[in-house]
Formats: sequence, C-alpha cells, structure tokens
Amino acid sequence: MALAQRRSQGVAYLFLGPWLLGAIGLTVAPMVVSLYLSFTDYDLFNEPRWVGVDNYAKLFGDDPRYLHSVGVTLRYVAWSVPLKLVLALAVALLLNSLRGKGQAFFRSAFYAPSLLGASVGLALAWRAIFDTWVDTPDHALVTIVLLSAWQFGAPMVIFLAGLQQIPRDLFDAAAVDGAGWWRRLWSITLPMLSPVLFFNLVLETIHAFQAFTQAFVVSGGRGGPADSTLFYTLYLYERGFTEFRMGYASAMAWVLLVAIALITAVLFRTSRYWVFYGDER
Amino acid sequence: MKRAAIFTLCLAALALVLYPIVWLISASLTPVEDLVANLRSLFPGRVTTDGYAGALEGVGGESFWTFLANSTIVASGAVIGNVVSCSLAAYAFARLRFRLSGPLFAFALVTIMLPAHVTLIPQYVVFQRLEMIDTFVPLILPKLLATDAFFVFLMVQFMRGIPYELDEAAKIDGCGPIRNYRYVVLPLSRPAMVTTAIFTFIWTWNDFFSQLIYLSSTENYTIPMGLRLFIDQTSSSSYGPMFAMSVLSLVPIGLFFLAFQRFLVAGVATTGLKG
Repeated sequence: MALAQRRSQGVAYLFLGPWLLGAIGLTVAPMVVSLYLSFTDYDLFNEPRWVGVDNYAKLFGDDPRYLHSVGVTLRYVAWSVPLKLVLALAVALLLNSLRGKGQAFFRSAFYAPSLLGASVGLALAWRAIFDTWVDTPDHALVTIVLLSAWQFGAPMVIFLAGLQQIPRDLFDAAAVDGAGWWRRLWSITLPMLSPVLFFNLVLETIHAFQAFTQAFVVSGGRGGPADSTLFYTLYLYERGFTEFRMGYASAMAWVLLVAIALITAVLFRTSRYWVFYGDER
Repeated sequence: MKRAAIFTLCLAALALVLYPIVWLISASLTPVEDLVANLRSLFPGRVTTDGYAGALEGVGGESFWTFLANSTIVASGAVIGNVVSCSLAAYAFARLRFRLSGPLFAFALVTIMLPAHVTLIPQYVVFQRLEMIDTFVPLILPKLLATDAFFVFLMVQFMRGIPYELDEAAKIDGCGPIRNYRYVVLPLSRPAMVTTAIFTFIWTWNDFFSQLIYLSSTENYTIPMGLRLFIDQTSSSSYGPMFAMSVLSLVPIGLFFLAFQRFLVAGVATTGLKG
C-alpha cells in the first residue's frame, strides 16, 4: 500500500512536470532575479552593479516622467474601470429583461468587441476615427478610455450570468410589496449581484493597470502627445527595452506588483462592507 | 410593446458598438483621398480594392504572407502547448492525490494575477544568453510549460465535474493514471480543451507586447508587428494597405468567434475569463 501510494505520488509529479518547471523556471526564479536586479544598475551587456535603493529613490525623488506616468495610469484606471463596468451592468440589465432568442444573439454581438479590441488592427482604426482627439494632450487619454469601455462585453456576460442566478421569487415578493423598478434594482438586484460586481471590479482593475497595446498604438509608441498617454507599462518598456536600463525597469515592475497587490488588498478589505454573500443571512 | 422598446434600444446600442468595426471595413475599401475628406462616414464614395492589393504586397520589405505564416506558427504552437501542458497539470490537481497539492494549486491561482512585467526582464536576459531573441521560442516555450495558469484553473474546474466512479471503473479494468488521463478524463474534457484552444489562439493572435519585445527582424514579424510598421508612418498615404491589413488580421478572430461563440460566451460566464 505504501509503495502504491508513493508510486501514485510519483505519477502526479510526472503530470505536474511541465507546469512545475514553468512555475519555478519562468515565474519564481525570474521574480527573485528581478527583485535582485531592481537594486542594481544593469544594461544587459555589462555585469549588474549593486546600487542599493538608488533605483527606487530615483523613481520617487528624481524622475518627474515616472511620477507623471503613475498619474496617467491612475487616471486611466479611475475612468476606464467604472465606465466599463457601468456600461456592462446597464447592458446586462437590458438583456436580462429581453428573454428568448434575442438575448443570446445580442449577448454574443456585444461580446465581440472584447475579442477584437485588444488587437493592433482595431486600435489603428480607433486612432483614425478619433484623429483630432489623439493629437491633443487634453483628449488623447479619453480616446484610450473609450476604447477600453468599448470592450464592456466580457464583464457584461459575467453580469448577465449573475443576474440569471437571482431567485425570481425575491422580485415577485417585492412586487407584491409595491416596490418599483429602481427600488428593486437598489434593494435586490445590486446586493444579490455584489459578489459578481466585486469579481469584475478586481479583475478589471488589475488589467487596467497593465494596459499597454492600445496606448502604444494610439500614441504611436511614445505615450504622446506631450506624454499625455505615457502609461506605466509604456514607460517601463521605454526604460527597459529601448534604453536597456534593466535594473531601473525591474524596480518599476516591482513597484507595479506591490501597487496592484495593495489595491487588491484594499478592495478585499472594503468588500466586507458592500459585498453580500447569500449564505450570511 | 415593452419588449419591442427594449429590442429597439438593443439594436441602437448594437449599431453604436459595431460602428468602429464597420468603419474599419469601409475605410479599407475606400480610396485614400475620399477617406481623408470624409474620415468618419461609412462608405463615403467609390469602392476600391487597392488597399488589399497593397496589404498583400506587405510592408517593410516583407509580404503579408510572411506575417501570416509567422502568426500562424506562433499561435498554433501556443495552442498545442497550452492544451497539452495545462491539461496534464489540471489532471494532477483535479484527479490525483499527492502531498503539496493544496499549496501548489493555491500558488497556481496566485500566478494568474501576477503582472507579467515582474518576470519579464530576467526571462528576456535568459533568452538573450541562449541566443533565442528574434526566434519564436520565447513566445511558445512558456505555453509548453503551462505558464498560463488560468487555463489550468479552467480545466481543473471542469475535470472536477467528471464523476470519480469512472476513475474507479478504469482502475478495476487495469488502467493506471496515465491511461485514465488519456482515455477517460481527456475525452470527457473536450469542452474545456476547446475553450482553452480558442482563447489561446485569439489571445496569441492579438498579443503585441511579447512579440514586440522578442521579435526584431522584419522577416520574423507576426501580423501585429507588421501592422506596427504602419504606426510610425503618420502620413495618410498608407491608410489603404494599413486598414486592409487590419481587416485581414481580424478575419481569423471573426471566423473563430462565429464558429465557437457559444463556447466563448459560456467560458466567460462560468470562469470570468478576461476576454
């Protein structure tokens, strides 16, 4: 028995082999190395030179473009995520009241931009459609926010699946009590949907911080005009892969990781005040 | 009456949402001078296929077919890698008992949320030392090692739904874990495999960041990188081929979407795929 058990353990690790190799070789080890590199000066060709916390000190004390890129990214996240989620929720509510064949058709059709919008081809079209906005520093970021909001289909599909989980008798009971549409939305739909809303919020926030392709294409790869679309990832790319300042870029990557982890933790913290799980009753 | 109102509202919203796609198709078929004069209107005048002729000729000295072949190689490699490696890992997590199964699975879930940037630079350094920059290896190898842990999660969820009695029956018939995986669990997991394959294809096809970093010579460019060559050309003279190539780049995604929309939408609804 013991032998058979040990053999089955061995077989399990056989199946896990590729994943385990990737997890160690392509995730854990590179994370450790990039943490080390973030404390060095490294240009890919000479040996890394230990500089202590210089990179981090420079990021926050002596690099206005970096702080500017943080501001651009925060503004992008703060506009694009709520806009996308509100659109997704509104369309999901609309489709939820449209039963039958029409619902499946519209659901698929509204989902399509989520697949197409991530492409370079569509971003090029976006840049041409909004050509007058793209060239003005005040409006360039708006075009990228709109391009992100246009891809509301994926969270919409998740909202719609959540809406269909809400027991109908809750609405029937509320209707008997004379609750109107807004009242039912506020007192039944939104609380019952809050776990799904939370899930979408966390997911979209994490992704928004890492947005790259659309900003790269719309701004012609430089984050312009006047750095108005200099996203965090764009600046990281510039420092790491056009100037080959790998140590500096590693420090940027680690700050991004910590920021995303902190914001996710804060969202989880607040969730206990507004996310309602049915079994708490 | 109410249903008709909702239906109309949906149609209006759909027209708005589809406008950029229709615009792109229209722009790809319009002569540059007509397009520039009426930039935002659909099919403003004459129709021409000159843009497509230019797109097939290519850009930067390489024909469109080169980009298409490269994109196809990268996407196919990624699909095979993800389906094989993620299903192997998922089988272990979902159907086998082993020590550390809990902590390792928790770790896999955490890596889903990890920003790629934090592993990117050391990975680049290693591939550079191995002289694999400007090859497809850095784009495909990570998929063979199941780094898209998201799909491991998706398949684990699916495989856990397959009745465990089947494993017992297979065991009695003399099937070890390997044959049980191959002949029992894998065939029953087809929907999860198809979902994984389609999403991997579409995401790899659209992927720009890693291709931008790892591909440097035009002959190795994929379609998004080919399109990138247009980004620097700010003059509108290249609008025809640029938009035609954009349309061509989206055709495979459109076809996959039409063929597999049920898998795609169901995949998003049940797992919260980022889409």
